[in-house]
This record gives sequence, structure tokens and C-alpha cells, in this order.
Amino acid sequence: MKILVCIKQVPGTNKVEVDEKTGVLKRNGADSKMNPYDLYALETGVRLKEKYGGTVSVITMGPPQAKAVLYEAFSMGADEGALITDRKFGGADVLATSRTLSQGIKRFGDFDIILCGLQTTDGDTAQVGPEVAEQLKIPSVCNVQRIEKVEKDNIIVDMDMPQDIERIKIYFPCLLTVQKDIYQPRLPSYLKQKETSKKDIDVFTFSDMEDQDENKYGLNGSPTHVQRIFPPVSDKVQQHWQGTTEELAVKIYETLKEKKFIA
Amino acid sequence: MKPYKQVDEKDLNNIAEFIDRDRLLWAKEVNEEYSHDELSAGQYYPDIVARVVSTEEVAKLMRYASQNNIAITPRGAGTGLVGASVAIEHGIMLDTTLMNHFLELDEQNLTLTLEPGVLLMELADYVEKRGYFYPPDPGEKSATIGGNISTNAGGMRAVKFGVTRDYIRGLEIVLADGTVMTVGGKAVKNSSGYDLKDVIIGSEGTLAVITKAILKLLPLPQKTVSLLVPFPTLAQAIGAVPPIIKSKAIPTAIEFMEREVIIDAEEYLGRKFPDNQADAYLLLKFDGNTLEEIASYYDGVAQICLEQGAADILIADTEERAEAIWKARGAFLEAIKSSTTMMDEVDVVVPRSMVNDFVEYIHDLQKEIGVRIKCFGHAGDGNLHAYILKDQLNDEQWQKVLKATMEKMYTKARSLKGNVSGEHGIGYAKKEYLKESMPDKAIAIMQGIKQVFDPLNILNPHKVCQD
Repeated sequence: MKILVCIKQVPGTNKVEVDEKTGVLKRNGADSKMNPYDLYALETGVRLKEKYGGTVSVITMGPPQAKAVLYEAFSMGADEGALITDRKFGGADVLATSRTLSQGIKRFGDFDIILCGLQTTDGDTAQVGPEVAEQLKIPSVCNVQRIEKVEKDNIIVDMDMPQDIERIKIYFPCLLTVQKDIYQPRLPSYLKQKETSKKDIDVFTFSDMEDQDENKYGLNGSPTHVQRIFPPVSDKVQQHWQGTTEELAVKIYETLKEKKFIA
Repeated sequence: MKPYKQVDEKDLNNIAEFIDRDRLLWAKEVNEEYSHDELSAGQYYPDIVARVVSTEEVAKLMRYASQNNIAITPRGAGTGLVGASVAIEHGIMLDTTLMNHFLELDEQNLTLTLEPGVLLMELADYVEKRGYFYPPDPGEKSATIGGNISTNAGGMRAVKFGVTRDYIRGLEIVLADGTVMTVGGKAVKNSSGYDLKDVIIGSEGTLAVITKAILKLLPLPQKTVSLLVPFPTLAQAIGAVPPIIKSKAIPTAIEFMEREVIIDAEEYLGRKFPDNQADAYLLLKFDGNTLEEIASYYDGVAQICLEQGAADILIADTEERAEAIWKARGAFLEAIKSSTTMMDEVDVVVPRSMVNDFVEYIHDLQKEIGVRIKCFGHAGDGNLHAYILKDQLNDEQWQKVLKATMEKMYTKARSLKGNVSGEHGIGYAKKEYLKESMPDKAIAIMQGIKQVFDPLNILNPHKVCQD
């Protein structure tokens, strides 16, 4: 089974500077890390490989320094990696990103399962995964919370719907976006890190893409533009209550009920 | 000794003259939680709980108690494990949790002055937001700083940074007769007579009540990386610690943990630990300014671990990864507690080179006595937390087993040149073991100090060195 995991380098903290003119994140100098949601996708990929055999490849799109997340993925069990990078790809919105990614994936190889994290912590749209599937013309399932089993030409998964869980059989090739906590992601291994620190990766630029229309990439290919990016305002509210155990129990119950946490 | 006066309604009215009545809990208003701490057996209700808000109130209360021969027990969040904040003689319980204000961050002297009821988690949040660091890091984050000072709490960063005592510059205290006094201050050095501040630290509320503390802060390290190191056996894991220390690497923490305690934590938290390949783990933490700088520190340590039989070294270099491990580590006590009916603990500290001997002894002791003992702790500083579990034993069997197990463990610790308590204190529960472990003369000096500070013996009686 050939598994591909799409990963992204995101800012390491929420103290992020934004370019006033373009509304694009300034990445240089900021701390960065692998998108936490992608860790779950990668863990899912490595577990499928361990159980059913095959290979796990990783692909990322970003500036040259984004290759750090590929090496991080190697230290967590990925076998091969590819970086899609070109100045022409900068400032891409969801549509341009999914086009570029799908072009890069075509160039990278044929895969049975493509795994993505549910969303990223910087963009937060949760749309790139399914849009990549659309571009590649393959079926996709979002919000996968459990893998039931893998058969010769398909995989059976549980999709988390707001009111219920839907069990779906999906034929290869397919794309899945997985939920947080599908599995606890493993930690990077020091031994694997040493072993793979000089591993070659594929680098794909605009000239490697099958579709050579520049207007489909980067800012030019993005119908949406970000007006402003800012860290969310925390709305944590604390209340301190005093009283006897009985009084407090009643108060907690009533509050949870009022806030609809319990029926 | 004259018996203590019980607090009656007249006392309540008198105390209400200087402390608002709504901050006094009397008779039925005294919640059950005030009758015990987190672990110690036995319930003792105070007659009255005074939720003080100022030094002045503490002074007046102490004066009233000493004039009327009423026992007074200071208490923070009540998270102690040895009964130090339990009102054995009932009387007045002085609850400091409303004295929970940050008073002054002095950035020129790198000190923070605060009230004793500030919680450890609030303290960490306050200083770290401002780029500073208060290194002591006990597992119980909902403890108060006053309680931490009173037990000289240690925590997980002691390997590199030391313990609470090392970060206390000065204290404002109220003596048993109501005298308010400042010991120590913002000055870095002090050779001016006996250091009374250091006598108060670790005195578990038997000598004075702390009403303000001046803490020493450090600049916040920019980055931390934790290493989770799986070993085939606990002996191999702990055996790796002396060569790590000898290599001159300075991790901030070296913890050891066993698979079965990790499983308890997984069940308790409802969340998987990031690794399950081994029976035993070392958990190390390093700090520095960049990830590259930190990697250069732990490279040598990684090699040592591999030579000692480690299966790999797993790197937690982001907040999410570190949290997945440290959250489990922080939940061990509660997790073990929820896995049994009742438990008691031993918090001995032995020289670091003796940790393995002690842990092996505990393993053998389980079989010998027929009781489950769970153990984890600070391999880097020799402080072990061993929990003896009651499970299905009846009360009588439990008392017998507990006594036998404790005696054997403390005897073993003594033979390894260890101390009765590394960080939890002596309180009420461990005083017999303290007595056995020290020369009579040393206990007599402690009792003499108590006598000078509190001649009427109203302050937290029957604790630490007193009968």
C-alpha cells in the first residue's frame, strides 16, 4: 500500500507578524513547527504501514526551510519526502494551494491513500484536503475518527458527523482527512533522526508542474485575499463560587444545564 | 501542658470584631475538606476557620489565640500529604488562600513579592508571561506558594535549579504572639547572624505564619526539550542516571517511570501516552535559547542512554509533545490514588547512586509483605515517591501492613544514607520516622527552636519534632 501524507509547516506560536500589504504571514524569523493536526495524519499513515505494509511518503508546500518538516516526518517513520517550492507559489489561497499540491502529488507518484490533517492551525479552513481530492478527481472522506479496516482495494472508516457517525467504505485511490486524537502521535526518534539527516528529498518547482498556466498558482491564482490575520481573542471566563458541597453541586449542575453542556 | 481552649461562640464574636463574619466558618459551616489534607488518614475538624486577607488580621488572630490558649493551624490549599495542615487540636484554622495577590515585580532586583495564598500555577503563569522563571516545579500545581515554602518543596527541576529554599529571598512572618517581622529581604547576600528566614522555610507552620514572600526569579529560558527514553528494564533506566550526571550534562529534570504507572495515568486522563514500547522510561528535560543549542547538550546524554541499553531516545520538542508526556507525569499521584481504595506514601530521598538499590528493594518488598507498592520519582535528585496501596485489605490488615512496610522502607533508606522526606515534609504522619532517623540531640535542638519561637505552643502543635 502506498500512503502519502500532506504536511505543512506552521508558526510555532501565535505571535505571528503579518505583511500589511499582502495579508500574508511573515515566516522568516518566526518559530515554526509541523501543523499539529498533521501529526495525527502522519501517525495514521505510519500505523497503516506497520499493520498492512507499504510505504509512507510525505509532501509539503512552502518556502525552502519548510523541508524541516519533511525531516521531522522521517524521524517519525516516513520513508520518502518531497518539497513543492517556488516564489510563484507564494501567497496562495485554498484554491491555489490545492491546485499546486495536487500538481505536486501527480509529479511525486501514484498513491493508494492520501492522508491530511483535518485543518491547519494557521489557516484553519479545513478545505485544502477535500479540494486536493477534487483536483485529483479521487473520492475523499473528511473528519475520519477511526479506521475500521483496510482491504485489498478499499478502506473502511468512521466519519464523525455532527449528530452521528457514518461508516464508509472508500475505494483506492482516495483521500482522508483525519481528526485530532485518532491516534496519539509518536514522538520523533533520535535514532531515526540521525539515520535520515542526510536523506535526499525531491524538490518540485513551477517548471515541474504539468499545468504550466502561471495564473493558476500563488497570489495570481487566488480569488480570495486575506484582509487581516490576528490571534484570536481568548474568551475564557472564570467564576469563583463558595458554598457547601450540596449548594455547589446544584449550582454546577444548573450552570452546565443552562450552557447546554448537559441535557 | 494545659489543655487548649476550644473555640466557643464568645470567641467567634470576639474574632468577628477584627475579621469579617462572612470570612469565618463556624461549626456546621466548616466544610469537610478542612478536616484533612490530600493523603493523611484521620479527620480533625477545626472549631473555626478564619479566611484571612491581611497581615494585620493574621497578627490580631495570633495575638487572640495566644492570649486565650487556642491552638492555631495555618493552611494553604490543603494539598499536603503528611497532615501538616490538619488541626489535630481543633481550635482555629488560619486559611491563607484569600491572601493571593501579587504585590510587586521588581525587575531591577529580579524579585517578586507576593502573598502566601498564590497558587503555584498562577505564579508560573504570572512570571512566564513577563519573561521570567520561578524554577521550583512540584507536581501539585494547585498548592500555594506559602505551603511550598513551609515544606521546602522540591519538584522536578531540582537537578539543575535546586529547591524552593534556593529561591526565597525574604519573608514577612507573624510570630505566635502576633509580632510581625521581616526576615531576609531583596539583598542577594546576607551574612548577618543566624538566617532566620532559612529556619522558617520548611518549618511547616510550626514556628510562624508566612504572610509575604520575596521570591528570586531567573530569566525565562527560551526553549525546552524533553527526552523520553525507553529502557527494557527499570534497573537499566535508573542505572543510566549516574553516568549522565557524571558526564557533566545538566538536564533540568531526570524522572523515572514504569509502564504500570503510565497505564494508570492513561486510564485516569482518558488519553494515550505517546509511547508504549518499554517497561521503563527516563524522562529528561533540557533548557536553552535555541533548539540547536539544546540538541548539543543532549547529544552526549543520548549516547550514554544508548550505551546503557535504551531502545531509542524520543524527542518532545514542541509544546504539544511535551504536554502529552508531562501531563501524564503530573497526574501520577491522582492516577495511582484512583486505582486503589486508599494509599499512603513514602517520600524518601537517597543519594542518587543509591536509587536503584532502593527501587529494587521496593520491588522485593511487595512480594515479601504482599502489598502493591507503586513508585515513581526524581531519579536525578534521588527523591522517590513510593505509594503503598490498600486495595482490598480490611482496616486492621491495612494498618499492620502499612506499619511494617513503612518501617522497612525507612530502615532501608537510612542504611543507604537517605532522609525521611525529600519534599513533602514531616507533618504529623512522618514524625516518628524523623525521630528514628536523627540523633536525639538534633531533635532536641529542633524542639528548642520551636520553644523559642512559640513558647506557649499554640502554633500547629504535634507536628514535625513535637510529641
